[in-house]
Amino acid sequence: MFNYTFQWNQALARLPQMLDGALVTMQIAILSMAIGVLLAILLTGCRLSGIRVLQGFAVTWVEIARNTPALFQIYMAHFGVASFGIHFSPFTSLLIGITFNNAGYLAENFRGALKAISDTQSRAGRSLGMTPVQAFRYIVLPQMLRIAYLPMTNQMVWAILMTSLGVTVGMNSDLYGVTQDLNALTFRTFELFAIAAVIFYVITKVIGLGARLLATRLFRY
Amino acid sequence: MFDTALSAHDLLFLAKGAGVTLLVTAISVAFGTILGILCGVFRFQVGPYWASPVTFILDIFRSIPLLIQLVLANAFLGMVLKLRMSGFTIACGVLTLYTAAYCAEIVRGSIGSVPGTTRRAGRSLGMTWFQDMRYIVLPLATRVALPSWIGLALGVMKDSALVYVVQVTELLKSTQILITRLQEPLFLLMICGAFYFLISFPIARFGGYLEKRWSND
Repeated sequence: MFNYTFQWNQALARLPQMLDGALVTMQIAILSMAIGVLLAILLTGCRLSGIRVLQGFAVTWVEIARNTPALFQIYMAHFGVASFGIHFSPFTSLLIGITFNNAGYLAENFRGALKAISDTQSRAGRSLGMTPVQAFRYIVLPQMLRIAYLPMTNQMVWAILMTSLGVTVGMNSDLYGVTQDLNALTFRTFELFAIAAVIFYVITKVIGLGARLLATRLFRY
Repeated sequence: MFDTALSAHDLLFLAKGAGVTLLVTAISVAFGTILGILCGVFRFQVGPYWASPVTFILDIFRSIPLLIQLVLANAFLGMVLKLRMSGFTIACGVLTLYTAAYCAEIVRGSIGSVPGTTRRAGRSLGMTWFQDMRYIVLPLATRVALPSWIGLALGVMKDSALVYVVQVTELLKSTQILITRLQEPLFLLMICGAFYFLISFPIARFGGYLEKRWSND
C-alpha cells in the first residue's frame, strides 16, 4: 500500500533511551508544577495584599504568562536573559520558562477559586484573632487548593506537553530532545516520533488517572 | 542612548511573520471550529458509548505535544505517503484538528448546559430537532461557549508559534532569524512578545468581560 517500509525494530531498540528521556520530562514537569503552585500562591497573596506595587507585580506576571506563547517565555529565559550576561543551562531555562507559565495560569485559576469562598470566612477568622496571613493560610488556602484541584491537574498535563519545547533552547535529555537526537542518527522520523507520541499519551493518561485516584483519597469528606 | 541595527526592512520581515501567524491562526480556528461543532454535536447526540471512537481520536490531539503532532504529520505525509505538501498546509491541517479537539469539548459542554426541560418544552411545541437546536440550544449554548472559545482561539494563536518545525516562518521564527543575524535577542524578543501581547490581551479581556456579563443573568 505504501511505498515505504516501516522499521519499527530500529526504533523500538532505542526505547530504553526514550524512557530515560521520559523520566527527565516527568522530572521537569513535576518540579515546574511544584514551584509553580508555590509561586501562584504567592501571587494570589500579592493580589489580596492590598498593596499597590505587589498587586501590579502579580497582575503583570499573570497577564504576560497568559498572553504570550510558552515558547516565547522559554526563549526569554534562555536568549533574553543572556543579554544581561546570565547564561542558564537549557534545563534551567526550560524549567524557568515553564514555571513562569504555570504560575501565571495557576494564579488565575486560584483567583477564580477564591470567588467561590465567601468573604465572611476570612473575616470570621480575623475576629477569632488570626492575623491576615494566618486567616489566608488556615482558612482560605485549603479550600482554594481544593476548588482549584481540577484546573491544577489540567495544568500538570500542560506542563508535560510544554517540556517538548525545551528542544528549541538546546535541551537534549528530555523525551523530545532524545527523540530528535535519535532521529538525527537513524532517520526513522515517523517511527521514532510515533513512539514518543505514545509515551506522551500514556504519561498524560496516567497523570489524569492518578489525579482522579488521589482526588477520591483526598476529598473523601 | 539606545542603539539598534534593526532596519525598516527587518521590521517588514517581522510584520510578514506576524501576518503568517495571524493567517495560520485564522484558517485553523475557522475550520477547526466548524469541525469541532460537528464533532461536539455528534458526541452529545449519540451519547458517550457510541461516540467513544471520536472521543478517543480527539483526545489524542489533546494529549500529545503539538510539536510532535506537527513532526509526525510532516513525516507521515512527506515520507510515508510521499505527498508534496507545503509546510503551511500541514501546519493549518494539524492546527485545525488541534482546535477541533478542544472546540468539540467546549461545544459538548455548552450544549449540556442547556436545561433539558427547556429543550423538551420546545419539542413539545412541535419544533423539529433542528429547530430546537437552532432557536433554543444555539442562543443559550453560545453564551456558555463563547468566552471559552475566545480563550481557545487565543491559545491556538500562541501555539501557532510551534509551526516553525514544518518550515513555516511565522513571527517567532522570523524573530529568531533576526536574532541570529543582529545578535540583539532581548530587544527583538521584546518586539515579538509585545505583538503577541497586544493582540491577545485586549481579546482576552473582552472574553473575560463577556463571561462576567453573561454569567449573572
